[in-house]
Parts: sequence; structure tokens; C-alpha cells
Amino acid sequence: MLAVERLTKRYADGTVALSDVSLTVRAAEIVALIGGSGCGKTTFLRLVAGLDRASAGSIRLDGEPVLEPHAGIGLVFQEPRLLPWYDVAANVAVGLGRVPAAERRERVLHALEKVGLADHARRWPRELSGGQQQRVAIARALIGGPKVLLLDEPFSALDAFTRASLHEHLLAIWSESRPTVVMVTHDVDEAVKLADRVVVMRPAPGRIADEIALSLARPRSRASPAVEAASRTVLKALDRSLKAAQKGPEASAAPALWW
Amino acid sequence: MSDAGLSVAAAEDSHPAAPTGQGARGGRARWARPLAGLLLPVGLALGWELAVRFGLAQGRLVPPPSRIWETFLRLADTGELGLHIGVTLWRVLVGFGAGAVAGILFGALSGASPVSRRLLDPTLQALRAIPSIAWVPLFILWFGIFEASKVTLIAVGVFFPIYLGVGGAILSVDRKLVEVGRAYRLSGFALVRRILLPAILPEAVTALRSGLGLGFMFVVAAEFMGASEGLGYLLVDGQQLGKPDQIVAAIIAFALAGKLCDTVLVLLTRPLLAWQDVRRERL
Ligand SMILES: Nc1ncnc2c1ncn2[C@@H]1O[C@H](COP(=O)(O)OP(=O)(O)OP(=O)(O)O)[C@@H](O)[C@H]1O
Ligand SMILES: [Mg+2]
Repeated sequence: MLAVERLTKRYADGTVALSDVSLTVRAAEIVALIGGSGCGKTTFLRLVAGLDRASAGSIRLDGEPVLEPHAGIGLVFQEPRLLPWYDVAANVAVGLGRVPAAERRERVLHALEKVGLADHARRWPRELSGGQQQRVAIARALIGGPKVLLLDEPFSALDAFTRASLHEHLLAIWSESRPTVVMVTHDVDEAVKLADRVVVMRPAPGRIADEIALSLARPRSRASPAVEAASRTVLKALDRSLKAAQKGPEASAAPALWW
Repeated sequence: MSDAGLSVAAAEDSHPAAPTGQGARGGRARWARPLAGLLLPVGLALGWELAVRFGLAQGRLVPPPSRIWETFLRLADTGELGLHIGVTLWRVLVGFGAGAVAGILFGALSGASPVSRRLLDPTLQALRAIPSIAWVPLFILWFGIFEASKVTLIAVGVFFPIYLGVGGAILSVDRKLVEVGRAYRLSGFALVRRILLPAILPEAVTALRSGLGLGFMFVVAAEFMGASEGLGYLLVDGQQLGKPDQIVAAIIAFALAGKLCDTVLVLLTRPLLAWQDVRRERL
């Protein structure tokens, strides 16, 4: 269980990116974080990943405080961030600690199989498409067998078709090892398709505006009435959070431009 | 319409000097450009050779290619050339080695630690502003006129481009990739080996190559300041005895030795840079 309590992050320049955020994520739960630009989603993931220190509050994974990068937590950045001097297999192996060479090869291959790239192990990152690179990044985060997988807008740079196929990959991976997943997204459809719970955030300072539980059976089809209703609920919550934000100083942004 | 276009192409193809056919055309394009570059020097050399042969010019101060070639072969035959090249190469390699090690060390310090950058960099930049040849008298006073002062001069010349290149490369490492290393809990040593080193390697190799080039520049200066062996000595000797053919032969030997060393450096580092885009490989 991932337990975040009263998390606050104030950057060196005084920006309060997160204020009093509390969130508890059950094991194997998929949570989608959604919200306007600058409401602290990336900040939140970086804190949970142990890359930055919180100004106040705590993050615990199964009771253990997370203060620095943790073996049980895997992070996929918004960009693939592959190391250009390693081939695909070696890039995936970066996510693995010290293991014997034979085991390493086997696990790398398995992780690549899970994202459908087993045939590309010996290629260079620059030879892959954007979607393939992002899959390698996911394989790299998965190979250590994390209990928590953090994804920061992992599919936002991809076309709709590639994105849909990566959703399938992600769900397949999830059903195999059932990690806790926290993913940031800008896409309401994506959130509704994947998540057990949608957490809506609002900016200045970043905090949680709303939470919507989605108890829909998988696989979910976008056309089904229940999914459509859920999408509408999430959109409405998002609108509310933006209207609330607009009562603040920056009342000029058009509601349609919520991202 | 299309017939007319074809016949124009055919007319071009049947140019008397050009072989016909698609493959030959591609081949011609590939070879024509470097050959065009050779036209001027080869033409000049041939013209000069003929001018001297037919008595139009004396060729005493500017020897014709055939005489340079003869001198080159004679020097090679007597083993003199080999000796001088060997001595010069040895000086360059020792000086380059020392300068490169120091350059990498100080560059790494300056690049990696802000404290040492603040301490070291101003002094080193100030020293860099001094033309290295200006050190010669001091080095001769300190280290005598033999090998030590020569190698030191070369090392100093080599040091600065490598210091700058390595330090700059470290400063410009992509912070995002370093963060990947941190996110996957690479230890200090693994972070250096798997992320920092590969990231700075391309720029470091370029720095090493320009350092090596400067090493060859400074070995000439060092050998001018008094040597009894080395290609620089051949140059001075040729000047004092009025043997321009020997001077040009030594210059050619310099060019060959420099190119050879650079090629060796490139070949040695190529496996480490195989991941780079091919576009950057040819320089
Ligand atoms: N390193 C930093 N230093 C200072 N302020 C920062 C830093 N990183 C982010 N911020 C600020 O913190 C706030 C939250 O940023 P964050 O990147 O977490 O937003 P986000 O929700 O991920 O936005 P987006 O959807 O655009 O990615 C913003 O106001 C941003 O300007
Ligand atoms: Mg973000």
C-alpha cells in the first residue's frame, strides 16, 4: 500500500507546487491523476519516486518511508529518456540491480516480451519509433518487479492508435504482476479506460480537488454507457476544479483550455 | 513529352568521356568530387616538374616533385627518416600522454565539482591566454635543452584543449539522463561508468584529437629550439644546408605521421562511439 500524507512541496523559488496532498493507494489499484497544467502532478510523482524531497508530509510504501529512489517503485518519465549509448536490451537492464548475466538476459527478454519488443533487443534507441521507445522505458521500469509503477503522461506524445495499443499492453502487464499504478494523464478517456480511481487535481497551490471511483469491469469499451457516464462525471469534476481555480488570480484562461 | 525528356537524358549520358549506364553514373558521382579536388595540386606539381625538366625553371629553391620523392626515398633507405619519425613520434606521444592525463584530470575536476571549478578554472584560463611558445625560454632554464623541456612544452600545448573539452563535456551532460541513473539507484561508480562517461565520450574524443593535433604543432616548435634528432631537426638541417627537398620531405613525413596518429586515435575510440548517429562519424 502506498500512503501519502499531507504532502507539501515548496520549490526553492517559493512556488508551492503541492499543498497538503493526502492519497492512499491500495495494492494493485490503478489511479489516474488528472488536472490542469501546473497543478503539481509531475511534482507529486517525483516525490513519490524519491527523486525530490518533500517540504513536509510523508510517503510510505508498505509502512516504509520513501526518501530516495526505492527498489519497489518504478518510474516512467514523460519522455522515454533511453540512454543512446546502450542498445534496447542494455537500456532495459538499467532497471535491474546486480544479477548474474544469465538471469539478466532472461529477465530482459521477458520484460521486452511483455511490451512486445522481444525482436528489437539488439537495436539502438534511435532506430525505434516514439511508441517503441516509450515501451522500452516501460520495460525498464517493470524489470525490477516494482510494487508501484509511476507513469508521467507516458502516452501523451503518441497518436491515438499507438496509445490505444499501449493501453492494452499496460493492462496486460498489470494483470500479470498486478502492481499499484499511479499514472498522470491529460486524457479523460485514457483515465476512464484504465483507472480504478480518478484523482482530479487543481492548481495554485496544487491539491486534490476530487476523487472518482470507477468500479467498471475490464475490458472497457469507450462506447459502453457506463464508461460514457463515467467520462462525463470525470469531465464535470475537472470543469469544477478549473472553475474553482479561475476564481483565483488567473481568471482569464478559457475553460476549454484546461490542459 | 516524356520522350523528349528521355532523349535529353540519353544525350547527356552519351557524353564521350563518361561511361554509360545507371551504375556507372552513381560510381562517377562518387569519385568525381574527390578527383576534382586533386586536379589543382596534381596539375601544379606536374607543371612544375615539366618546367624544371625542360629547363624553363631551375628548381633549386623549389625542388620538383621527383627530386622530393628521391630525397624521401633516400632518407627512408638510409634509415634516417625512420629514426627521425620515431624520435618525433615518441616526443609527441609522451607529451600528449602527460598533457592528456592532466587535461582529463583537471577537466573532470572542474566539470564535476563547482568548488574546484571556482578554484581552478580562473587560473587555468589565465594560463591558457599565454601563447604556449612563450614558455620556451623558461622551460629551457628549468628543464635544460634536452627531452624534458620539449616534452613539457608539448604537454602544455596538449593540455588546454583537452581540459576545456572534458570540462565542457561534463558540464553539458544531459541532466535528464543523469536522473535516470538516480531513479534506478545506480551507485556513484556505476553512474560514472554507465551514464557520465558515455555521455562525455564523444566530446572528449574530439578534444583528444584537437590536443593531438596541437601536440604535432608544438613538437615542431620544440625541435626548432635545438635538437639533433626528429623531423623538426630535419627541417632546420635542411634550411641550414640549403636542402629544400629535405625540408619538403620532412613536411610530408609530418603530415603522414600526424594523419596516422589521428587515424589510430579514431580507430581506437570508434567502438566506444558506435552508438552515435552515423552522420557524425565522418569528420
Ligand atoms: N524545479 C522547479 N522549480 C520551481 N518551480 C517548479 C519546479 N518544477 C515545477 N515547478 C512549479 O510547480 C508547479 C507544478 O509543476 P508540475 O510540473 O508538477 O506541474 P504538472 O501538473 O506536472 O503540469 P503539466 O501538466 O504541465 O506537466 C508549477 O507551477 C511549476 O511552475
Ligand atoms: Mg507534468
